[in-house]
Amino acid sequence: MSHSATAIMSIEKPQVEVEHLNLFYGNSQALTDMSFGIPASQVTALIGPSGCGKSTFLRCINRMNDLVEGLRIEGLISIDGENINDPSLDVIELRRKVGMVFQKWNPFPKSIYENVIYGLRIAGIKDRNVLDQAVEQSLKRAALWDEVKDRLQQSAMGLSGGQMQRLCIARAVAVNPEIILMDEPCSALDPRSTSRIEELIRELRGEYTIIIVTHNMQQAARISDYTAYMYLGELIEYGPTQKLFTVPERKETEDYITGRFG
Amino acid sequence: MATKKSTTKFWRQGEPFVWGTALALTLVLCMTLLLFYVVLANGITVFWPKNVTLATLNNGGYALGEVVKDEENPGTGKKRFQFKIGNRDLYGLDFKWIDAEEITNFSTPPDIYVLERQENGNFYGSLKELKTPGLVLPVEKNESLQAALDSIEPQRLEVEKIDRQIAALNDKVEQNNNKLLKLRYKKEEHTAAAVALHEKVSTIKAEFEQLVVVLGSKQAIVAANEAVFVDANGQEKTIRLADIVRFYQPNSMSWVQKWSYYGKRLKELLFAEPRESNTEGGLFPAIFGTIMLIFMMSILSFPLGVLAGIYLREYAREGYLVKMVRIAVNNLAGIPSIVYGIFGLGFFVYGIGSQIDLLFFPEKLPTPTFGTGGILWASMTLGLLTVPVVIVATEEALGAIPPGIREGSQALAATKFQTLTRILLPMASPGILTGFILAMARAAGEVAPLMITGVVKLAPALPLDGSFPYLHLDRKFMHLGFHIYDIGFQSPNVEAAKPMVYVTTLLLILIVLIMTSTAIYLRNRMRERFSVADL
Repeated sequence: MSHSATAIMSIEKPQVEVEHLNLFYGNSQALTDMSFGIPASQVTALIGPSGCGKSTFLRCINRMNDLVEGLRIEGLISIDGENINDPSLDVIELRRKVGMVFQKWNPFPKSIYENVIYGLRIAGIKDRNVLDQAVEQSLKRAALWDEVKDRLQQSAMGLSGGQMQRLCIARAVAVNPEIILMDEPCSALDPRSTSRIEELIRELRGEYTIIIVTHNMQQAARISDYTAYMYLGELIEYGPTQKLFTVPERKETEDYITGRFG
Repeated sequence: MATKKSTTKFWRQGEPFVWGTALALTLVLCMTLLLFYVVLANGITVFWPKNVTLATLNNGGYALGEVVKDEENPGTGKKRFQFKIGNRDLYGLDFKWIDAEEITNFSTPPDIYVLERQENGNFYGSLKELKTPGLVLPVEKNESLQAALDSIEPQRLEVEKIDRQIAALNDKVEQNNNKLLKLRYKKEEHTAAAVALHEKVSTIKAEFEQLVVVLGSKQAIVAANEAVFVDANGQEKTIRLADIVRFYQPNSMSWVQKWSYYGKRLKELLFAEPRESNTEGGLFPAIFGTIMLIFMMSILSFPLGVLAGIYLREYAREGYLVKMVRIAVNNLAGIPSIVYGIFGLGFFVYGIGSQIDLLFFPEKLPTPTFGTGGILWASMTLGLLTVPVVIVATEEALGAIPPGIREGSQALAATKFQTLTRILLPMASPGILTGFILAMARAAGEVAPLMITGVVKLAPALPLDGSFPYLHLDRKFMHLGFHIYDIGFQSPNVEAAKPMVYVTTLLLILIVLIMTSTAIYLRNRMRERFSVADL
C-alpha cells in the first residue's frame, strides 16, 4: 500500500488489534488491509464519508457480520491477544465481552426492566436481587434512572427516542462488557438528546473501551481520545484526536476534516 | 377555459378513482349485510309462536294453520296464501296453497292447540277429550292436558332412565365382545379368560332381558294415556301423550308466555338431540361436532404451520428451493377443498387408517375402526387445508420484525434460538394469530372435504363421552355445515326443513363469529403489548 506508515500511529498494549484486515462481500472488497490497535479504556472514533466501511469494520469486532451471507474476512482481529475469528472461540462469549449500541435504537417490546436485564437473563441469571441491582446501576450509568425509576415495569415503547437510545446503552452496560461498540448512536437524535448521549460517553470513558462510528466530526472531536479516518475501505490516518484534527499528516484527512471533501 | 381547468383538476386529483374505491367497498359491505340480514331475519323468528289462523273456505270446509307466505299465483296472477297446516299423518303434506278467492273468512280461535310431536310434525286442532286410565285430573280442559302431561312425566323420565341403562349395558356387551374378538383372533377362545368373559356377557345379557321387560311394561303404562284431538274439519285423531313433545295455544298466549316458549325452543336447539330426520329438535351433536372439529384442526395445524413457517423464514437458506417451497405453499392454499377431501380419504382413511386397523384392531376386521371416516381424519384433512395459511402468516409476521431487533438481541449474546423464543415469536404472535383466525374461519366453513372423511347425517354417539376411552377419535360426527346441506337439500320435506336451515346457518355464523372475535380480541391485546410501531 502507498500509505506511509507514519499516518497510522501504533499503540502500546492495544486491547483490540487489527492486522491486515481484508473484508469481501462476494467479489467486492469492502475493507482493504487495515492494521491498527485500539487502546483500552479510551474512546476511539471512526470517521469518514458514507460507505467507507466504518460500520462494517465495527461489526467485525463483535462478529455481527456472521449473519451476513457471502461475507469473507481475511487478516486478524484480536481482543486481549485472542483471535476472535478462531473457530474454537465462542461467539456468545465474545459478544458478552463486546457490547453494541446501534444507530437506530432497538429496545425490545418489553418493559424497561426486562429490556435492561435481557442480557443477564440470557446469561442465565435469575436472582432477583442481582437483577434489581443491575437495573438500577445500569440505568444510573446510562443517566436514565431518574427519568424511569417510577415506571420500570412499563413498556419501553413509551419512551422518547433519546431515552430509548440511553436504554439501549444501559442494556449494553448491564452485562458488564469490556468494550462497547457504538454505531452512529446519535445520528437519529435531536441536539439535546445528542448532547446527553455525548455526556454519557464521556462518563463511561475509563470504565469501558468505547469504539464509536460517527458522521459528525465535531462529535468525534468532542468525545474521542483517538480518531481513525477511513476512506473507501482503507484506513487513511489514525492518531490522537487532537493531533488528527489540528495537524493531520495526510492531505486526504485534512480535506475531509476541513470540509473540502466529504 | 375555466371549466376545462376544473375538469383537468377533477381528473388529476383522481376524484373518479376515490368514488370508485368507495363504491367497491359499499358494494362489498351491502352484499355482506344483505346475506347476514337474510339469515338473521329468517333465523331469529323461527321459534316465535305464530298465530294459528282458521280460514273458512267457500266450499264449506276449513283450513287451519300458520300463514307462512302470501304471493301472487304465478299461474293465474291472483293472490294466494301458503298455510302450514301440519297434521302430516292426516293430510300427507304439511303445507298447502289456498287461493284468496276461496277463502270467505279469517279468524284466530283462542282455544286452538299446536302440538309438537315426536313424529309427523306439528298438529293443529282442538282438544276433544283425554283418555287417561289411572290418572286423576282436574275438570277444566286446557289445564287438564298440561296436568295429564305432568302426571305421566315421572313415568316418562323412568322410561328414559331405563333406556339409558340399556344403552350402558349395550356398551358393556360391546366392550366385552371386543375383548372376546381379540381373544378369538389370538386363538385363545378356550382359555379361562375367555370363559370368564363369556360368563360376564351372559350375566349382562340376563340383566338386559330383565330391563327390557321392565321397559316394556313402563312403556305400556305411558302409552295407555291418550288424547283425542279434532282438526278444523272435524276429523278425529287420537294421539298418545308420550308422543307430545310440547303443546301451546298461540292465539291466547301472552307476551311473557311467548317469550318463555321462545326460550324453551332455544334451549332445545342448543342442548337437545335432533328429531324427525334432523328437521326438528336440537342441534347439540352438530354444534359439538363443529366446535370439536375446529379445535382438533387447530391443535393439529397450528403448531405444524408455525414450525414450518419459522423454518422457512429463520433457518432455511434463501435460494431457489426456498422460493419454490414458498410458491408451493401459497398454491396449496388455493387448491379446491374437495381435493383435500379426496386426499384425506385416500391417504389418511384408506392409507394410514387401514394400517392402524391391521396393527391394532385386526380382530375386528373386516369391520374398520380407523379405516373409515372419523373425526380424527376429518380434522387432519382440515388441518392440511389450513396449514398453508398459518405458514404464510407466520413467515410474514416474522419477516415484518425490524432487523435491528434481531441484531439487538444477538449483540447481547443471545443465540438465534433465544432470540427466536424470547423476542421474535412474541412479537410475531399477533400476525401468526391473524393467520390462525383466517385458517379457523376457513375451516369452520368447509363442508365438502368433511363429507367424505367422516361427517354423517346422524351420529349415534358423540366423539367425546363418558365411556372409556372418553375421546373416540375414530367416531363419525355431525357438523353444522353438513347439517345445512343435509336438511336443506336432502330432506324429503324441504319446506318443513326450511326454518331449521336458517336457524342452523345463523348458528354456524354465530359460532364462527364468536370464535374469530375471541381470537381477534386476543390478537389485539398482544398487538398492544408487542407493538414496535414507533421504532
